[in-house]
Amino acid sequence: MTKKAQLSINGLSCAGCVNTVETALRGVAGVEQASVNFAEHTAFVEGDVAVEHLLDAVKKAGYEAAELKDESDTEQKQAAEFAHYKQLLKQAIVAGAVGAPLFVLGMGGFLPELSTASGQLVWFGIGLVTLFVMVYSGRHFFKGAWHSFLAHNANMDTLIALGTGTAWIYSLIITIAPDTVPKLAQHAYYEAAVIIIALINFGSALEMRARGKTSEAIQRLIQLQPKTARVVRDGKELDIAIGQVGLGETLRVRPGERIAVDGEVIDGHSSVDESMLTGEPMHVEKQQGDEVAAGTINVSGTFLFRSKRIGAETMLAQIIQLVRQAQSSKPAIGRIVDKVAAVFVPTVLLIAIVTFLVWFNFAENDSISLAIVTTMTVLIIACPCALGLATPISIMVGVGKTAELGVLIRNGEALQSAAKLTTIVLDKTGTITKGQPTVTSLDAADGATEEQLLQLAASLEQGSEHPLASSILKAAHERQLNLFEVNAFHAVSGKGVVGTINDEQTILGNSKLMSEYSIDVSSLNARSEQLLRQAQTVVYLAQAGQLIGIVAVSDPVKEDSRKAIKLLIKLGLKVVMLTGDNHKTAQAVADSVGIKHVISEVLPEDKENQVRKLQENNEVVAMVGDGINDAPALARANIGFAIGTGTDVAIESADITLMGGSLYGVIDAITVSKATIRNIKQNLFGAFIYNSLGIPIAAGVLYPVFALLLNPMIAGAAMAMSSVTVVLNANRLRMMKSGREQ
Amino acid sequence: MILLTNIIGLLLFVFVIWWFWFSTPRVQKVDSKIIDVIVDNGVYTPSPIEVKQGQELTLRFIRKDASPCAEKVIFEKWNLSADLPVEQATEIKIPTEEKGEFIFTCQMQMYRGILKVI
Repeated sequence: MTKKAQLSINGLSCAGCVNTVETALRGVAGVEQASVNFAEHTAFVEGDVAVEHLLDAVKKAGYEAAELKDESDTEQKQAAEFAHYKQLLKQAIVAGAVGAPLFVLGMGGFLPELSTASGQLVWFGIGLVTLFVMVYSGRHFFKGAWHSFLAHNANMDTLIALGTGTAWIYSLIITIAPDTVPKLAQHAYYEAAVIIIALINFGSALEMRARGKTSEAIQRLIQLQPKTARVVRDGKELDIAIGQVGLGETLRVRPGERIAVDGEVIDGHSSVDESMLTGEPMHVEKQQGDEVAAGTINVSGTFLFRSKRIGAETMLAQIIQLVRQAQSSKPAIGRIVDKVAAVFVPTVLLIAIVTFLVWFNFAENDSISLAIVTTMTVLIIACPCALGLATPISIMVGVGKTAELGVLIRNGEALQSAAKLTTIVLDKTGTITKGQPTVTSLDAADGATEEQLLQLAASLEQGSEHPLASSILKAAHERQLNLFEVNAFHAVSGKGVVGTINDEQTILGNSKLMSEYSIDVSSLNARSEQLLRQAQTVVYLAQAGQLIGIVAVSDPVKEDSRKAIKLLIKLGLKVVMLTGDNHKTAQAVADSVGIKHVISEVLPEDKENQVRKLQENNEVVAMVGDGINDAPALARANIGFAIGTGTDVAIESADITLMGGSLYGVIDAITVSKATIRNIKQNLFGAFIYNSLGIPIAAGVLYPVFALLLNPMIAGAAMAMSSVTVVLNANRLRMMKSGREQ
Repeated sequence: MILLTNIIGLLLFVFVIWWFWFSTPRVQKVDSKIIDVIVDNGVYTPSPIEVKQGQELTLRFIRKDASPCAEKVIFEKWNLSADLPVEQATEIKIPTEEKGEFIFTCQMQMYRGILKVI
């Protein structure tokens, strides 16, 4: 198959590059033709080749590349689905229009006996009409059954084709040669065959409608992607299809418009509504240098930005991809069912054969007729669909629901574990607090000044990546202080930093670090106690063995942390705060948000150990952290939640990602997971009960005692409704309230 | 007549067991890097597909069946999945480093294909 692909190439600076890229593309096996357009920075490739290989080749040649494509997939999918839905309905109506009158006439005794020649002729005519209906309305069952058979596989089509096919062929035999069976058994089942086909087609159409709703969440995400973008090319602004926007292009966004691709603001400022990706209702201010994400809405000003990620690389596309992947994955509970589903249909075929033989050999009268009816009913009532659908359909709705709330669940496994959690470990900085510490007070020791204290502290922190460093540097910058050069700098993990300034050893850190260097901090003890009680972090600074002063830094608690933690405790979870901060500050923060269990003064590398200790006490532990500093602890926990700030979160980094940065996301993840697992269990229970009761009843186990035999048409209706019920039950998950709404 | 029916019934019973559980369809050996897999009539064609270990492999699924059963293909072993739009080609790069028999299915396990890495 020859295929055409168009790529956007970034980094083409000269005509020579064109040659390099073209050669790279032509070197990919399967490529028949490749040409690069230097002016448009695009490449056009023809050949039997996977796009991924083309992108790899361009990247290896030293350029950036992304696929440009038409984004009409969704509409095409909807059109195809609607056409299929209409087709199923039409097939159901035609089969129903023939089957229902035949059924009524037969019940009313208006159809002739098969024992007369004229009766045979009428029934033969009915046989032909129903054959036409079976071909028109049921050919997909027969085609599917035949192809599956050739592939040594059996599915729902097999059961329906065999059930209705047996009924029709048996009817034809007794129409042509009624005397081959006893008089009592001379009953044709043409109407049953077509009514069953009508009911199952109708059920499939209903199921399709209901299934459409289960993928609404992902559809909504897909629709966030605008169809066009306004690019600035050669000083002119033009609207072009989104698939044609290249890398490194300048785009203009006006108020009220959706941002088309990911990029960086280069001119202007505005506030942007990112709630569709993060679930956070507050607008985010954007100015030069800030990142913007595709699918978010520009609320107020106009700005220009440069495209950085397009097509499948944007944050939105990655979220869609992650949600799709997660929707296709199954928790362990679903995998057990898969094993049953894989052998289900052949097993039903065996049961049908046994049923036939038992009735045929042991029924007192009318044995052939009873054997045919019960076999047909067994084949029709068995529903592999309800069983097969039970898990994936609930996962699809559950994962979609959380995605709408800004919570990305990686897979079915994570969802199942999230439903079993007993303990939630929260990192303090950035999780409970905003993670944006600010300097709140400077207390200089005798003989030193506040300025000197800040100047030395900021100089030392220049090389540090600790969250506190940025707050101290910011404070120094605000006071326009010049920073000193630092030599022999090194960080002491979890304690502070040490360096040489003006040939004097300078130490900045917590009380532990001070005692290690034998610095006397008693002169400021009272003040530091006071600050610690106010949930402030205290950092000591010493130079040449003398205390210079203390810097107090405070990281405000997020507005909704307290409420969210209260709800977590209400859900029956043990909430633990884990922090490297000293005990007093940690306790003060814990008190302010209502946490009873605090583990403080933990070195970063020790966080993982703390999680393990909790697990050793039989707790199922979730760790919530920023995904970077807490990576080992997140990996150790049964479920790692990476909490993001807005759109710059690495969504690949954890089992569950909270895009919005609010702890409400943890509640949403847990409640939706629990509800989804419950929903799956309900579905599976229903499907198992349905099949394990339905099949024996259809086989006639109630007949010897109650003289009760199931009508094959009732079996058809039950089978059609069983999978619809599963889909409708899964759809209930969409109505769940989020943590914020509770 | 009674005897004949019973014999046919028993033979069918044995045939079902043998056909669905103990015999395997003819394997399609493939050397090409890209294989078109048609999704229609309840089956993936070709299947089973046999490839050599380490061979570069992209399966290009072309879905003809519009029923929702066919809309996803899942390789559980590698946690790979893709949505298959009707009448369009969807490419999935398959790792072939490990030898073995790997099943790919639709969400409901009704469509089933086999990939053999030898």
